[in-house]
Amino acid sequence: MSSAAITSAPDAPKPATGGRWRHSEEARGLAMISPTLLYALALLLVPVLLVVAYSFWTQNYLEIDRSFTLENYRQALTEPIYRDLFVRSLWISLLTSAITVGFSYPIAWFISFHGGAHRNLWLFLVTIPCWTSYLLRVMSWKVILGYGGVLNTGLMSVGLIDQPITSLLYNANAVVITLVHSWAAFAILPIYVSLQKIDRTLIEAARDLGDGPLRAFLRVTLPLSMPGVISAFLIVMIPTVGDYVTPKLVGGKDGVMIATAIQAQFGKGANWPLGAALSVTTMVLVSLVAAAVVLSLRVAVRRIR
Amino acid sequence: MPDRPMIAIENVSRFYASYRALDDVSLEIGAGEFFSLLGPSGCGKTTLLRLIAGFDVPTSGEIRIDGVTSTLLPANRRPTNMVFQNYAIFPHLDVGENVAYGLKRLKLDAAEERRRVSDALDQVRLTGLDRRKATELSGGQRQRVALARALVMRPKVLLLDEPLSALDKKLREEMQVELRSLQKAVGITFVLVTHDQYEALALSDRIAVMFGGRIAQVATPKEIYQHPRTRKVADFLGGMNFLGARLVAERGSDVAVETARFGTIRLERPKGFAAPDGRVTVGIRPERLRLLWDDERAPHELVGRVENRAYFGEVTHLTIGVDGLEKPLSMIETNDYGADDLPLGAEIRLAYDPEAFVLLAEDGVGR
Repeated sequence: MSSAAITSAPDAPKPATGGRWRHSEEARGLAMISPTLLYALALLLVPVLLVVAYSFWTQNYLEIDRSFTLENYRQALTEPIYRDLFVRSLWISLLTSAITVGFSYPIAWFISFHGGAHRNLWLFLVTIPCWTSYLLRVMSWKVILGYGGVLNTGLMSVGLIDQPITSLLYNANAVVITLVHSWAAFAILPIYVSLQKIDRTLIEAARDLGDGPLRAFLRVTLPLSMPGVISAFLIVMIPTVGDYVTPKLVGGKDGVMIATAIQAQFGKGANWPLGAALSVTTMVLVSLVAAAVVLSLRVAVRRIR
Repeated sequence: MPDRPMIAIENVSRFYASYRALDDVSLEIGAGEFFSLLGPSGCGKTTLLRLIAGFDVPTSGEIRIDGVTSTLLPANRRPTNMVFQNYAIFPHLDVGENVAYGLKRLKLDAAEERRRVSDALDQVRLTGLDRRKATELSGGQRQRVALARALVMRPKVLLLDEPLSALDKKLREEMQVELRSLQKAVGITFVLVTHDQYEALALSDRIAVMFGGRIAQVATPKEIYQHPRTRKVADFLGGMNFLGARLVAERGSDVAVETARFGTIRLERPKGFAAPDGRVTVGIRPERLRLLWDDERAPHELVGRVENRAYFGEVTHLTIGVDGLEKPLSMIETNDYGADDLPLGAEIRLAYDPEAFVLLAEDGVGR
């Protein structure tokens, strides 16, 4: 103890000694955030814990049997229907986030590097679709992709097709298209922020050291904007895995995702514990896939030399 | 003029909308020369450097580097490398990767690349630091990494954009000595942009002084300090006492001017000098005025009194009021005889050498 007392700075606050700790900056800081902290805990952490707890219980007709069981997880992981839904949900969300990031990056790059004095106007325009209801945006894709929709009639009047394409709506593709459009703004903004933070002389230095524009982008701009790309990926991927509205409206039979099954268990199925187990499994799976994506993106960028 | 120009700049202008950042500049920089672009901020020196580097394109005019017309070539296709003002060290790479950045494109074998990187690090005295993260470097080390990263490319021209301005005074002076010996060792052309006249004087073979997008004078440090062509150049390169004078006689390249209190002074007339109305400005550096102590005599003397005194350690700066002069004279004295103890208002005698005067063109005249 004495050696620790010597090495620590003389004026450093000691959190252990009660009276002084109450006047320390740490204590004041905690006091200041505690109302919002408690609010956040009550509304975020408690519901999650409740769901986790439910997943280990059993539905006994109208009552809940609170004895510990792994039966729900056995069902969630072995029933073929759930396995298919998990795979499809993860695949759709992975595809959606990859396409969203791929489309958003050039937009963010353009605004950041060539937006000029109108950058803020461009950003404002990017957020405009978010001003209408999510439901309306999904419905409008039905109008575009439908049998007699804008796309089909348009293509027919130009003469590219003779009869309407039926494969546009009510499948996984329609879900991906709709989700990409809905989430684009949420991907553009973090990528834009990380591009804005890049010191432009670094790109000049790369050019000066012999890189053409493309190589300078791959070796300097892209690696330095990776934090934005990764957050964009996560921001899109995590919520879309559990999306319910879009698959319900444009997904049809082939576009059903896990959220529909979870909703069924909490609703008509009246098996809350199984619904909870499906939710928890989704959370764990999406975390694992997200971690894998982050790692492989980092490695991929690290390999560009 | 250098015998073989490494960089030739011909009538180059760069306008931003209506603002003339560079206005019809012509300049030749020799191979192996340490050349400085000196001037206050906004004088166009950095614009000119960026045009040489290839980050910008002139509105008009031509730039040739080593005989190759490079006016429109992008930076990656010029034999120049740059040390940026903020050093622009890649934060996601370590020191070794930073230095090796430009070598990757050359596809050297691994051993050769390692050897060149470690040679470059040796050259800037950063031996063995190649695994250090870029974010863990001090200001001086960042500057050395930037130097090594540029030198490892073996450029024909090294461009330095105020490379020492972010360092503290002591480190800056150390780096000046190092930069000079480094240039002698590698023997390539260095083009330095600076607003620090002492840095330019100490380092350069030649200096171009710039004001308002134009070059006011190009000369060796000694010449530019002792024979500044215009009043602005004289003023920018250190203290100068300016005196109004009248042209009284002209013979060949010699002129005689009449000044208040200093009498008639004979001066060499700079090339292209003209004073249609006979009114001219002459100047004398503060250190060319000397205090006379006790009964010491000098051929040219003047009587004045001490109006102000500032102690600088090894020297004292004095402001001397002289009857009949519009402005008091400033002078610099060593403290060997007690100039630092002279009371304000003390009567003193000072000696001057008429040879030390220079004839100065008003700015814009004689271009």
